[in-house]
Amino acid sequence: MMKWILVGLSRLVSGARARWVGCEPHPRQRIYFANHTSHLDTLVLWSALPPSLRPLTRPVAARDYWGATAPRRYLAERIFNAVLIDRVPADPLANPVAEMVQALGDRQSLIIFPEGTRSLTGEPGIFKSGLYHLARERSDVELVPVFMENLNRILPKGSILPVPLLGGVTIGAPIRLDAGEEKADFLARARGAVLGLRSA
Amino acid sequence: MKTLIIPVILLGTLVPALAPVDGPARWLLEGVLVLLVVASVTGWVLSRRVTSERGRKTVENMNVRIRAWWFMAAVFGLALFIGRIGTTVLFGLISFLALREFITLTPTRPGDHQTLFWVFFVITPLQYYLVGMEWYGLAIIMIPVYAFLFIPIRSALQGDVKEFLERTAKVQWGLMVCVYCVSHAPMLLSLEIPGYGGQNEKLLFWFVLVAQLSDVLQWIWGKSLGRHKIAPLVSPNKTWEGFVGGVLSATAIGAALWWATPFTPVQAGAMALAITLMGFGGGLVMSAIKRDRGVKDYGAVIEGHGGVIDRIDSLCFAAPVFFHLTRYWFAA
Repeated sequence: MMKWILVGLSRLVSGARARWVGCEPHPRQRIYFANHTSHLDTLVLWSALPPSLRPLTRPVAARDYWGATAPRRYLAERIFNAVLIDRVPADPLANPVAEMVQALGDRQSLIIFPEGTRSLTGEPGIFKSGLYHLARERSDVELVPVFMENLNRILPKGSILPVPLLGGVTIGAPIRLDAGEEKADFLARARGAVLGLRSA
Repeated sequence: MKTLIIPVILLGTLVPALAPVDGPARWLLEGVLVLLVVASVTGWVLSRRVTSERGRKTVENMNVRIRAWWFMAAVFGLALFIGRIGTTVLFGLISFLALREFITLTPTRPGDHQTLFWVFFVITPLQYYLVGMEWYGLAIIMIPVYAFLFIPIRSALQGDVKEFLERTAKVQWGLMVCVYCVSHAPMLLSLEIPGYGGQNEKLLFWFVLVAQLSDVLQWIWGKSLGRHKIAPLVSPNKTWEGFVGGVLSATAIGAALWWATPFTPVQAGAMALAITLMGFGGGLVMSAIKRDRGVKDYGAVIEGHGGVIDRIDSLCFAAPVFFHLTRYWFAA
């Protein structure tokens, strides 16, 4: 019930529906990686997936934000079944990548925002290395780039009031980590794959 | 198949809604329904016949329009049923959706965010609230005076000076076209026209019908006879043949439907002429904006959303002019 209200709300505020330009919705294991400009990104991308894929797809989210208050925790844990990650681990031995690999299991997909934080300008920042490590550990999982459009205008960083413009979710063709590809090259290529969807 | 399913569903809701309506209003509605059924069947037959890529596009475009008319007809059928307040709310929603498309297409900066929140959630509802409560004196100046002054003040407080004039001008313009102009259509329901009491929804219906028919007829004439383009850079579809044919035929139909209005046949023809000319102008201006922003349809801004502005551009420009002409010459 709560899920449907949220999905409806997300559609209403952002007008966003998924445009699958590079692949079809499919229950195979995937990591959807997207640019990050708004707190709405997680909700909108998750809502844009077909209902059958939503329970199989877990957003990776920052514990310091999504775990901070009871309502956020409720959304993260009960609705999205999010994987909460410490951006600044208290325990130096903690390994976020291992947590994500564990969350993938043998049937789950993930949504990640490799910039690690929301960009202020709408222009994606540098991708952090988590995506690279995930790609190395789980080469069997498809890496699917997603471009989130206009959400920074709907609910920008630092604002709590949304403006109901039309947003967009464009889902592109999967990429892979090539044999012997350097970390920096791969991350730049992944960022390019997301940006390439802007005009798709 | 979509071409036929939607009409069938809408017909199912329209016919019962029509039951309590009689007299000229009923003839108008029935005429529109017959027209739409004919259009849908034609569209469906054509969609099965065409083979060329270009023909397919034209037919698809036509079928999109037909579906939009069905929707509008259903909305109006419903509006007749639920009265003035319901109609005002419906036009308010149309304004909201149109403004959303307009602002999405217009580059704004983070400094405009708070202003836009006011525009969508305070100014737009307030305008329709004023229309609904029939406070004519304030409804007619709220956006041109108070919103006009408020918007730059709110944006200036945000402290971002980059392209300040362009940004505030765009927001104000969007409000004027999508909200202020459109709100003149439901305002027709509040005019007190001697000898026409309690029949204003017919006038609104007639107005929307003439504005929409003018669009359609210009398109049909242009597709069949169009040779000489009026403004090829702005709108390659608009031709002199389509313009003249569409304006004349829509004016003739408007005059022929005089019995639904408070006008004589000649007056109805003159009003219809004003509506079609303004409608043509509206279509042209909104296309110029689209071309400048590099899109073909407002609905194509983000795929899967119907272009509300594409359907109401002529109505936006015609509504205030028709409202004031009627108010000045016919209202008490």
